[in-house]
Amino acid sequence: MAEVKTILEVEDLCVAYGKVEALHHASIKVGEGQIVTVIGPNGAGKTTMLCSIMGLLPHTGGAIRFLGQELGDAEVEQMVALGINLVPESRALFGEMSVGDNLLLGAFMRHRAGHRDHEQTMEEVFRIFPRLKERREQHAGTLSGGERQMLALARALMAKPKLLLLDEPSLGLAPLIVREIFRVIADLKKSGVSILLVEQNARAALQVADYAYVLETGEIALEGASDQLIDDPKVVESYLGLGGKH
Amino acid sequence: MDLQIALLLGQDGITNGAIYALLSLALVLVFAVTRVIFIPQGEFVAFGALTLASFQAGKTPGTLWLLIGAGVVVALVDVTLALRSGMPKRILRIVGWNLVYPAVAAAVVFLLKPSEFPLLAQIVLALALVVPLGPMIYRLAFQPLAEASVLVLLIVAVAVHLALVGLGLLFFGAEGSRTPAFSDASFNLGPVTVSGQTLWVVGASLLLIVVLFAFFERTIYGKALRATAMNRTGARLMGISTVMAGKLSFLLAALIGAFSGILIAPITTVYYDTGFLIGLKGFVGAIVGGLASYPIAAAGAVLVGLLESFSSFWASAFKEVIVFTLIIPVLVWRSLTTRHVEEDE
Repeated sequence: MAEVKTILEVEDLCVAYGKVEALHHASIKVGEGQIVTVIGPNGAGKTTMLCSIMGLLPHTGGAIRFLGQELGDAEVEQMVALGINLVPESRALFGEMSVGDNLLLGAFMRHRAGHRDHEQTMEEVFRIFPRLKERREQHAGTLSGGERQMLALARALMAKPKLLLLDEPSLGLAPLIVREIFRVIADLKKSGVSILLVEQNARAALQVADYAYVLETGEIALEGASDQLIDDPKVVESYLGLGGKH
Repeated sequence: MDLQIALLLGQDGITNGAIYALLSLALVLVFAVTRVIFIPQGEFVAFGALTLASFQAGKTPGTLWLLIGAGVVVALVDVTLALRSGMPKRILRIVGWNLVYPAVAAAVVFLLKPSEFPLLAQIVLALALVVPLGPMIYRLAFQPLAEASVLVLLIVAVAVHLALVGLGLLFFGAEGSRTPAFSDASFNLGPVTVSGQTLWVVGASLLLIVVLFAFFERTIYGKALRATAMNRTGARLMGISTVMAGKLSFLLAALIGAFSGILIAPITTVYYDTGFLIGLKGFVGAIVGGLASYPIAAAGAVLVGLLESFSSFWASAFKEVIVFTLIIPVLVWRSLTTRHVEEDE
């Protein structure tokens, strides 16, 4: 990926919970306009990596650079201001607020920075997720699992991010919805958003991504272009299963 | 007891209940957003009332010195941090709010004569001195502990309360003050006489509640505060900083407290430590609402006001006992009917 400009560079990242090291000198790169995925088993440190990039967790070593600028111990709010948005595994929606209000708050940082274009952004987001428009007045807590994931994605898009960090967007969703979510992710790439996607659903993730990393027990075990990894015997054996059971 | 006495007591109860309702809303707000049980809420009531009384007596209120002192400390801490983290752009704002603003307030107090101001201007000036203390106290006492447990925050809140009561004694002395009524009018409604001040208190409380409701329902900052209360991590991921939400909720709590103090100052003599008991009664209301529901908290607070006024007729020696005993059946009822919900963080 030499010809692509790097938007996010994570170098030798170490994160520890007390004495337990969850990430051990992990290095990844996300090119501008690319989808990069990190796959791996439970407890490999995938979520830890995203939280650390976002500033939710302090890192004990290594460096994180966004558009060439070193971030140090930046806080979450500064990351949002720079154009990085995280959709966490838990979705973290505001359950007792309407879908519309959830989306509005997605544009909070832009509003603070003086941009007053949230209504226009919301229309664009509704074009991607027409079902959310129908549910606009409904409380977020009453939505189905798939709709919640869509709302979480849509809310992140309200901030017009340059880089989107997605943590297990397919978790707990029916196969049909998973396909829809991944179609949206592929569409987002076309509109120029760079995406770092963390997934256990390795097959779906590899199909949509340009480049992939395999994270095992806090270390990058394998990396390569997705279309190569998808045929790699080790990946097939550990994450894809024989005969495409997934 | 005949109807006339009942109506009189009811009027009293509703007047006090309106004040307790305001305070209970502030307590629920602060707890929901910051998890701080805001014991010093009552001190803002006393500071608001006594600052206004000082203006009317032609004295310089001690809260001005507190504002200047707290501003200097906040500015020192924040400027040091801004320099250390390499964000010198923030300094202008820090200096503006914490040094320039108190200086302007001091200039107004010393150069103009607040004792000759009309009542409304005196009220605005009193609020202008007391309300900024809310965010300053948040900055100094609670912001460094944002991740601490509810119990630790409660202990700090008690410490802040004790410190502020002490400062109140230093600033205003042990004598109480009372301010003249906003209006001397009274109206005869059938068998009862309704005083103008009662209408002012109830009307102003209702107005403030409506304004707060509109703020939370209609503005993006109000929604941001509610979002922080619902899901702190989610809110941070939207760029709603915990610090901003904390300062904003303390600002509102200080505004509500000081405003309540100004409303009751003509009805009752306010001493430096009066606020605590008033705040506690608001707290009983907030507990009825489980520290989570605004309407139930407000209704509970009005109930506290009525209970207080009727028990002062039947068993005046036990007035406070009866009011605070209310907490026991309420807690039993709540613990039996509420399902425990795990925090999803």
